[in-house]
Amino acid sequence: MITIGIWIAAGLTLCIYSFLYKDNPFYKFAESFYVGISAGYWLIYTYAYVIQPMLIEPIRNRGEFVLLIPAFFGLIMLSRWVPKIAWLSRWSIAFMVGIGAGLGVTGYIQGFLIPQIQATILPITGFNITSLNNLIIIVGVITTLLYFYFSKEHKGILGWTSRIGITFIMIAFGASFGYTVMARISLLIGRFYFLIYDWIIPIFG
Amino acid sequence: MIKGKGIPLAISFLTGTIIIIAFFIPHAPFGSFEEISLRWYSIIAGFTMLLGVDSLLRLHTNKIKRKENHWAYSIVLLFGFLLIVIVGIISTIRYGNAFLTGSGFMYMYDNMIIPLQSTMFSLLAFFIASAAYRAFRARNFDATLLLITAIIVMFGRVPISEMISPKIPIFTEWIMSVPQMAAKRGIIIGIALGAIGVSLRIILGIERSYLS
Amino acid sequence: MNIIKKLANIDRRIIFIVIAIVVIIPLIFKPKFPIVVSEPVQKAYDAVNNLPEGANVMISIDYDAASMPELQPYLEALLSHCFMKDFHPILIVQWQLGAPLGTQALEKIAAEYNKEYGIDYINLGYRPGYVAQMVGIGREIRTYFNSDYKGDLIEKYPVMNNIHNYDDIDLLIGLEAGATGQVWVQYAGARFDQRIVLALTAVSAPDAYFFFQSGQIEGLVGGMKGAAEYEILVDKPDMAVAGMAAQSFAHMLIILFIVFGNIAYFVDKRKKNKAKGGIK
Repeated sequence: MITIGIWIAAGLTLCIYSFLYKDNPFYKFAESFYVGISAGYWLIYTYAYVIQPMLIEPIRNRGEFVLLIPAFFGLIMLSRWVPKIAWLSRWSIAFMVGIGAGLGVTGYIQGFLIPQIQATILPITGFNITSLNNLIIIVGVITTLLYFYFSKEHKGILGWTSRIGITFIMIAFGASFGYTVMARISLLIGRFYFLIYDWIIPIFG
Repeated sequence: MIKGKGIPLAISFLTGTIIIIAFFIPHAPFGSFEEISLRWYSIIAGFTMLLGVDSLLRLHTNKIKRKENHWAYSIVLLFGFLLIVIVGIISTIRYGNAFLTGSGFMYMYDNMIIPLQSTMFSLLAFFIASAAYRAFRARNFDATLLLITAIIVMFGRVPISEMISPKIPIFTEWIMSVPQMAAKRGIIIGIALGAIGVSLRIILGIERSYLS
Repeated sequence: MNIIKKLANIDRRIIFIVIAIVVIIPLIFKPKFPIVVSEPVQKAYDAVNNLPEGANVMISIDYDAASMPELQPYLEALLSHCFMKDFHPILIVQWQLGAPLGTQALEKIAAEYNKEYGIDYINLGYRPGYVAQMVGIGREIRTYFNSDYKGDLIEKYPVMNNIHNYDDIDLLIGLEAGATGQVWVQYAGARFDQRIVLALTAVSAPDAYFFFQSGQIEGLVGGMKGAAEYEILVDKPDMAVAGMAAQSFAHMLIILFIVFGNIAYFVDKRKKNKAKGGIK
């Protein structure tokens, strides 16, 4: 059973890689199959990790019938597909968006703005490496922010500060590109590792 | 009236405001309201997945009905969907939970979902290599800077650079934790300010696009 | 000149074959490269290593198979580290498609160290609505995770007896393939003072350095390279270490591609400029 599984996995892996030659029915088959089984997986998941533990269990064992209210709100989201009652889905969306916005205001201020600004207020004490790094961080943060200030034309002081800002941004994007290459190659290593060590080598014993 | 935007706007206003108040006054009644509404939020969020599945199935059954281009692949999609759902139901009945190791459902996860998903994303390695060869050009100062940083980081983050000089990884780490970090922080502060603005606009009913 | 032009317009499928070869050969022959541990990974290791006896470590699986080669080796190394030190890993999941990956690693490593489910560790599975959940856990984890991933009530398991909220979690470690880690920092970290370490895919890692500098996270493990460093630290070299040679050669090849592509570009540009000059 395990061997059959590995062959299925290897076959599907090769179907996807066949796209590198050109788009073809094997790739399209694997792609559609992937979307289908992922959707099916979500459905089983929703039962096992949402409906069962968060609704059925507390209602059956602890009589928390009040949970039928969020269940109702959850179900009416599906009313989007029935034009006559589609307006009902707005209630659930409004509830979710309201909670999200409320959490967002406090979360962004407490979790991002204050600590990140605090961490930028760094000491510059004399000529040493730490002070130089701190200065670079301060200049980098401020000029990057100024680059995204579009309410005034980027001329004069704002012009050259945002010019410094874009320099920092380019360094950051370059680093992100380097890391993205690293990530993609790692994924390729993972797949080839599977094909070589789980599939090909066992074939030859 | 009941079908309009009035009730949803009131819901957003009330929930958003009370969540903010509960942050500062985490006691009754605000604290308990927060506790209950967060739990409800979590349950409702669970149903959004059903919305996605429902939408996908509708799209593809319509494609098959209308015999649109490549409709045969929509049959494959529905076949995959039904197969895993049936296996999932059988596994749930047999094991009590489909997610137990050894269930048919987990067999499908291991041998179908894992290879398909991870291979799909690993394809990008080939395309990024091809893009590096064809499109990554030092056309001006900014592009050159981006390119040089990318090369240093790519080189400095792999063990081969450590063999050449231990200073290369140290320099790479400096790029990551000083100039790179500073720019990303500038960007995230901007994003945070934007997100706070949008959240307030939603609570106050100025931003209504999510209701259309 | 002609050769450069021809090479610059080479069929992309040849590039694909070259990259595949450069990854496959080192994977087969496994040449060894020295792996030096970087500061953010060392700090991530120290944060775990210096925890008090019997510490509860919450591990959040916020990735799926698309990032498996980057984060799964770290998860296994981390679990080994936790079990070596007799800590109690508590696994939770925020990315639905990744849940079984957590289960697999936990079962594999727990068996290696003879650890017992429910006494030494637990797997709570997934619950939806992560932002709400992260705030909610600050009050009582049972509001969301009243049962484990199998559907059994957690009251059954002694490991959960004294765990109610973040006060009972000594360290939270998020394995991140997206922005969920930022949300952990924003809510569990800022609001409830939870100590946090993040392990991220290489794509997300650059976006976490500002949290590391600000002290909002205590350690940062980035990509497969970070996982390899952690494997070295716990003295269990495995897949990530094995992948480093292939990673090195592939990076060198891509750098060569960029350099060659640019040489071709400048040669072409010079030629065009000359031609323009001739017309004038």
